[in-house]
Amino acid sequence: MEVFKYNKPVGFMAVAKRFGILSVVMVVLSLGLLFIKGLNYGIDFAGGTLIQVQYKGDAPIENVRTLMGESVNFKGANVTFFGSDSEIVIRTKSSSNAVDSDVGDEIAKLLEGSGEFEIRRVDMVGPAVGDELKTKGLMAMLFSIIGILIYISFRFEWRFALASIMALMHDISIAAGMLVLFQVEINLPILAAMLTILGYSLNDTVIVFDRIREGIRTIKSAQLEDVINESVTRTLSRTTLTSLTTFFVVLTLFIFGGEIIHGFAFTLLVGIVVGTYSSIFVASPVLMWLKFSISEFREKEAAALKREKEKEKMRAMYEQGTI
Amino acid sequence: MGKLNYRVVVFLFAFIFGVVFSIPSLTQSEDNNTTGKKITLGLDLQGGLHMLLSVKTEVALESKLKSIGTSVKYNLEDEEVVFEDLKIADSKVVFELLDTDDVPKVDKLLADEFKEILVKKDALVYEISLSPELAIKTEQNAIDQAVDTIRNRLNMFGLAEPTVAKQGTDKILVEVPGIKTAADEQRIRALIAKAAHLQMMAVDEDRANRVYGMTEAEAAQYGDIILADVNDNRTKYLLYSIPILDGSMLTDAQVGYKEKSNQPLINFSLNGQGAKIFADFTEVSVGKRMAVVLDNQVYTAPNIIQRIGGGQVQITGSFTPQEAHDVAIALRSGALLAPVQVEEKRSVGPSLGADSIKASSIALTLGFLMVILFMILYYGMAGVIANMALIANLFLILAVMSLFEATLTLPGMAGIVLTVGMAVDANVIITERIRELLHQGVSVTKSIEQGYNNAFTAIWDANVTTLIAAVVLYAYGTGPIKGFALTISIGILASMLTAILGTHGVYQWVLPKIDKNKLGFWFGIKKEKGAK
Repeated sequence: MEVFKYNKPVGFMAVAKRFGILSVVMVVLSLGLLFIKGLNYGIDFAGGTLIQVQYKGDAPIENVRTLMGESVNFKGANVTFFGSDSEIVIRTKSSSNAVDSDVGDEIAKLLEGSGEFEIRRVDMVGPAVGDELKTKGLMAMLFSIIGILIYISFRFEWRFALASIMALMHDISIAAGMLVLFQVEINLPILAAMLTILGYSLNDTVIVFDRIREGIRTIKSAQLEDVINESVTRTLSRTTLTSLTTFFVVLTLFIFGGEIIHGFAFTLLVGIVVGTYSSIFVASPVLMWLKFSISEFREKEAAALKREKEKEKMRAMYEQGTI
Repeated sequence: MGKLNYRVVVFLFAFIFGVVFSIPSLTQSEDNNTTGKKITLGLDLQGGLHMLLSVKTEVALESKLKSIGTSVKYNLEDEEVVFEDLKIADSKVVFELLDTDDVPKVDKLLADEFKEILVKKDALVYEISLSPELAIKTEQNAIDQAVDTIRNRLNMFGLAEPTVAKQGTDKILVEVPGIKTAADEQRIRALIAKAAHLQMMAVDEDRANRVYGMTEAEAAQYGDIILADVNDNRTKYLLYSIPILDGSMLTDAQVGYKEKSNQPLINFSLNGQGAKIFADFTEVSVGKRMAVVLDNQVYTAPNIIQRIGGGQVQITGSFTPQEAHDVAIALRSGALLAPVQVEEKRSVGPSLGADSIKASSIALTLGFLMVILFMILYYGMAGVIANMALIANLFLILAVMSLFEATLTLPGMAGIVLTVGMAVDANVIITERIRELLHQGVSVTKSIEQGYNNAFTAIWDANVTTLIAAVVLYAYGTGPIKGFALTISIGILASMLTAILGTHGVYQWVLPKIDKNKLGFWFGIKKEKGAK
């Protein structure tokens, strides 16, 4: 089977401006959401306690809400269904630091008499740990971006690195915007998903860039736009196929992976779509707008090749014992 | 078939290696103990308790300061120095001399007898504080001691493979897998938290009958403290605040039973020094009461009928057998120098863990089947070859994780699912490159060789960038996230081996079989008009 067969270059860059405007709008909207509504931090980062309770039969959620509302310590607790009608999650901002009896025990006691239940999960994060996790998460994000920037600059050229980082920012902001829009709770797995998006988006961009780099050497046109169009078109099949397989695999995770993995899979789904889009419509045009010069690159490449050849010649001479 | 080449041999070995070493992990279950290294399931998958504890080191510093204070007092009195206002304030031992002539004597004494303290003098007022080195040493000591003590307690409790480790400089990580019920979990937490501070204290018989009308401050004036009974906190005892002896002189503690009532009790033995102190004390205190105090609660306060030698003592009190068992463990493993606090706690019930395994396994299987089917449909035999790499990749991930005895967490499972999606990427790139060349009319042999060449840099660069992100995630992640980063990293490395090297070898091996007139079957492309 063959869906994307290469015939002639598609004029992606001709419409790049229009998509560029779309991207800018999406990013601005996302950032707006991010600043106005803010991320919905889960207990991993905000601190607090989460208790997952499974009832035999339907969970008496209204009853539980009343019980929480009447208690002194857990007045503001948030009670929601979790995946099914028999399972609920109680979230409260309070955490305790005594080892032998904690918020989980207290809530279990409060729920006594509300039905036959099993406490399946208690997560409690103290405020200090929450802050530490937040800092660590941001550090992880920052360091991986720096690491990747250095690698791409080394393998390609600084404009490629800059363009890929812009695509990355684009993806991360839109993904974050979606998280705000759908009120996804931000916890550690979501952070891991964001970092995966980071890796995935770059992966996609790098493959397109690799083709552009190759195109610069092999395509006769000295017009960057032509080179980009042809390279992007040639990778189109791969980009779409890989994105689709990954998308569907993550979709199974989203549908069948269970409630705990839901937010994680959702974030990845968004990331895959945006990441694919951005490697074609953000990273490549930015390269063009950064006034990347083909002739300059070719000269540099030629010089490097010459040096390499000379080195080889020297080595050959050395091995033959002429030096 | 063509000749076996090194690539296909390496691929075959990798495949066998993957299968062999993942067998122990794949066949493990609760009741059969397969031998060999295997993957451990994370607490989120098998259920259990994860806690990050901090140690209240300020309590350890305080008691260090107290002991310095006691020692200073003893030494000053020994040297017949007159002083007043000895107290502990602002983390300092403060006292004032009354006679200027004593200053050189005190200076010498402090310099000779005490190490690692800081002395500040203002006329006749002395302020002694811990030197920063001593403070750090004391804090570290308290943390290390807490780690050892908690580990001992959990080991004695008889649970499967608890982990107790120092994390960073001031935190303790406790992981206890395989807890079955919430009640068990609470019992384990109570055991961890127990200070287990055992003291033998004499009852102040002269004032004992006034205890109910006395305030704490009043009691302190007599050098006494008021403690409540463990079973009934309305029953109070007035005790001399300096204990006769404490738990540090204990050598063993065991659960026993009263002869008639079969009530559990705890027998403990004292070391030589403790036994002597105890014998001497009981000899002079016949007719008086002695209280056995554990964590500031009076368990028993019997009348001393005669001198007790041999250092065997009993704690009674209305223990349940479980409590007696836990208290004995806590006593044997020693007291905590400083109390511990929970910073983070994650506990997962075994049923939820099992559900998570089921759900992610379904997702993994479905995702895997979908990708496999798609590859065959879209790429024909090339897809089959790519699938071989995918299957080998999956086994390799499991094998490497088994060999490192790594922990598989729920995000780790997600990582494997994601790897399946991404691992085909390399083969998609390669096959697309081969197809491109075939369309240009290049021969099959050349298309394959050049296809691999052309695809290599793209795959390499893309994998390295993802690997960088995964490594950083591993370095900065905690617990389950580390598991995710680990599976992704192993998956990427394994895919380089299977998808690039392995499939290349297979192509070279089957090359003579590839019919250039059946490119639809082999590469899923229609033969083009005019192609050679």
